[in-house]
Amino acid sequence: MTNGTPTHIETMTSDLLQADGVRAGATAGPIGPAVEVREVSKAFPGVVANDRVSLAFHHGEVHCVLGENGAGKSTLMNILSGMYKPDSGAVMVEGREVTIDSPRRAIELGIGTVYQHPTLIPVFTVLENLMLGEGVGVRLDVEGGLRALDRFAKTLGLEVDPHAPASRLALGQQQQIEIIKALWSGSKVLILDEPTSMLTPQGIEELEKVISQLRDEGLAVIFITHKLHEALDLGDTVSILRGGRVVGSWGPDVVKTKSRSEMQALIVGAMFGEGAGSLEDVAEVRDGVTGRARRRGLPNEPVLELVKVSVEALRGEVGVHEVDLTLRRGEILGVAGVDGNGQRELAEVIAGQRSMVGGDIRLCGESIARAGVGRRQSLGLRYVTDDRIGEGTVGTLSVGLNLVLKRIGEEPFWRGGRIREEAIDQAACDLVEGFDIRTPGTETRCGTLSGGNLQKVVLARELSFDPKVVVYNKPTYGLDLKTTLAVRDRIRDLAESAGVAALLISTDLEEILDLSDRIAVLFRGRITGIVDNAPGVERHVGELMLGGDRGD
Amino acid sequence: MSDMLTAAFLSALISGGILAGMPLLFASLGETISERGGVLNIGLEGMMLMGGYTGFVVTLYSQSHWLGLLAGAGAGLITALLMVVFCVRLGLDQIVVGIAILIAAGGFTSVLQRAQFGTTYPRLDAMSAVEIPLFAKIPVIGPSLFAQPAIVYVGFALVAVLHWVLRSTNMGLNLRAAGEKPEALDAAGVSVTAVRSIAALSAGAFAGLGGAYMSIVGAGIFVPFMTHGAGFIGIVIAMLGRGRALWVVIGSLLFGMSVSLTTALQLVGITVPIDVVNMLPFVAVLVVLVIFARQAYLPAALGLPYKRGIR
Repeated sequence: MTNGTPTHIETMTSDLLQADGVRAGATAGPIGPAVEVREVSKAFPGVVANDRVSLAFHHGEVHCVLGENGAGKSTLMNILSGMYKPDSGAVMVEGREVTIDSPRRAIELGIGTVYQHPTLIPVFTVLENLMLGEGVGVRLDVEGGLRALDRFAKTLGLEVDPHAPASRLALGQQQQIEIIKALWSGSKVLILDEPTSMLTPQGIEELEKVISQLRDEGLAVIFITHKLHEALDLGDTVSILRGGRVVGSWGPDVVKTKSRSEMQALIVGAMFGEGAGSLEDVAEVRDGVTGRARRRGLPNEPVLELVKVSVEALRGEVGVHEVDLTLRRGEILGVAGVDGNGQRELAEVIAGQRSMVGGDIRLCGESIARAGVGRRQSLGLRYVTDDRIGEGTVGTLSVGLNLVLKRIGEEPFWRGGRIREEAIDQAACDLVEGFDIRTPGTETRCGTLSGGNLQKVVLARELSFDPKVVVYNKPTYGLDLKTTLAVRDRIRDLAESAGVAALLISTDLEEILDLSDRIAVLFRGRITGIVDNAPGVERHVGELMLGGDRGD
Repeated sequence: MSDMLTAAFLSALISGGILAGMPLLFASLGETISERGGVLNIGLEGMMLMGGYTGFVVTLYSQSHWLGLLAGAGAGLITALLMVVFCVRLGLDQIVVGIAILIAAGGFTSVLQRAQFGTTYPRLDAMSAVEIPLFAKIPVIGPSLFAQPAIVYVGFALVAVLHWVLRSTNMGLNLRAAGEKPEALDAAGVSVTAVRSIAALSAGAFAGLGGAYMSIVGAGIFVPFMTHGAGFIGIVIAMLGRGRALWVVIGSLLFGMSVSLTTALQLVGITVPIDVVNMLPFVAVLVVLVIFARQAYLPAALGLPYKRGIR
């Protein structure tokens, strides 16, 4: 970022000046790493999150750190950004050993971080967000801030309205602002923690452009992800963390010379160790996605019918307009679309959590338009929410109670208004085992579980007690590969063996192509087309996702 | 009804409104700072009582109104240290600690007052009014608005200062961030604890000043529990003011006038029972809440303790 350093930051620290000096020589010849961790260890009660991790991050290079959830990626990042202190080991910046004991210190050392969770303040304007914590002196230097923002926007090729409230920006734009914020005081190292998890395909594309731009400017980019193909697409250097250890690291000399499939084999081998062979045929690992053949001979027995269903658009949503869908017994109907095109509205209106303004919903031939959430639930209609923390589980209650949350007051868990601990415990133990929920016990507070296990709790609850139709809303969103695969297998098994129809709403096209029999595409709250899933269909689906070809 | 619009009525209404509104103004300015920073200060009234008592005693012995007001602000600030230690640093529940401060301060000041003065209530001299030349000559509103004790002008100046701090300074931006999303402030490299401590301490000082105004300038005596819910009305004003200093002024003066209305009515010959007088501010709170409560805006992280790394 040679010309991107805001001039209004007058107090450049000596560290930064030194960093600048070293970087100036970057084009002249090979230099030492921008940041290096040596033998860094960090333990939390019960887990060793980082175990003697040694990695070097170089200028002008995108370094992808790849690993499953819980592999220690975020811990490593938090050590570099000053959120955690390592128990042992050294952190070197530009060849000098440093102690990063606060986010302030990290910023002073030229390490900017884009966290996984958005840190923009929704009610602040873009400019206010950027200037937060950066100003010197008493007055806010608005003019200086505007000039700096203008320079960043030009360098990165972005268009930004400095006075728009952050909440009004799309997620992709918000992230661009986060990146500018991380670079605001002249950072030489940019850490991105799972930056694509919230983005649409277009957003990801723009992000990749920005990252390449920054790399060419000479920044060291640390890209943390659990998605293999992102590491392959973006990484100059790829390192793998597993169980808190570095189990593989390949520099540009290897990454650039080997073919994609060779790299893939190397990475999969390192990530999953022995027995990785079974993962080869997984969509994530496969080269190029293609539709799976539609199952034939499905009984033509509709279980869920939506007839001209409309939902009023609330603030910031598109609503649902005259949607017609028919779901047959045992069928998986994928609903594709870019996020924010009415997915949540559709899911919630079927679940009964939102009122319809028109149309009818029929379950096994009978209208359930007037039935409440609980009634639909007991009729066998289930909803797996995409908000597993806020809506799906109660963090302060035990895993056991969360598993029977929707059966409060019912036999055999309650009798005569009294809770029956043994009955709940018994059922919970079965479900924990059946759904492979990794929890210390059924008494554990649900909020302490990881995202993947929370999702298993939600699934276990919704898929037990005789379901007929299940609405899945982004069932694998934010989960690691192993859990994702387990969840997909379960959806498929349930449909094939038990005949449970599934409405699979997902923004992950791969997932839809992998599981669905038919694919409906949602665009601005309308169904723009329904197609049979067959090899080569993704192109057509892609067009429908952008609203084209409505006459299909 | 034409009697009601006489000069005597209007100037009684306005000057009475300021007299009763100033403590509310100080308290709600303090609460505004605190709430913007994410610290809900339920103990505001307790800090007012501490400031009221301390200010009264200091004025009584030093015979200096200004020293008393300053001491009142100091007492409020020291009381607010409890908020800083328990809520900002240790992350305890702000409502519980606030209520504790409220109850403790009420009891503490009554006991001290009893022990020191028994059942006598010594009076202070009135604080002399400062006339602003020219403006004080304006008929009706002149004498009531521009011939006030100097502390009233200081109060209005503080409004302007706070308005400027919140809008156009780095500190103001930090303060608002601490209340909206402390983790963002932390990630930006600013200590959330420091910002919130300053917010809580300022609130204490402002509340203490408001209490001191009440005993020194307003009543001239200190009576146990003399605030009569002013702290809570201050909290309501701060919430309805949505963090904007100017709305806080308007709110405080309106509530002040609702108290002085009865006095003004008596001046024009309409007597109102004392119970109605005492009730009026709270009726006003109810009415205002019913009408405007939907517009109240509270910072997203208000009342939530911040600990790094816990989301």
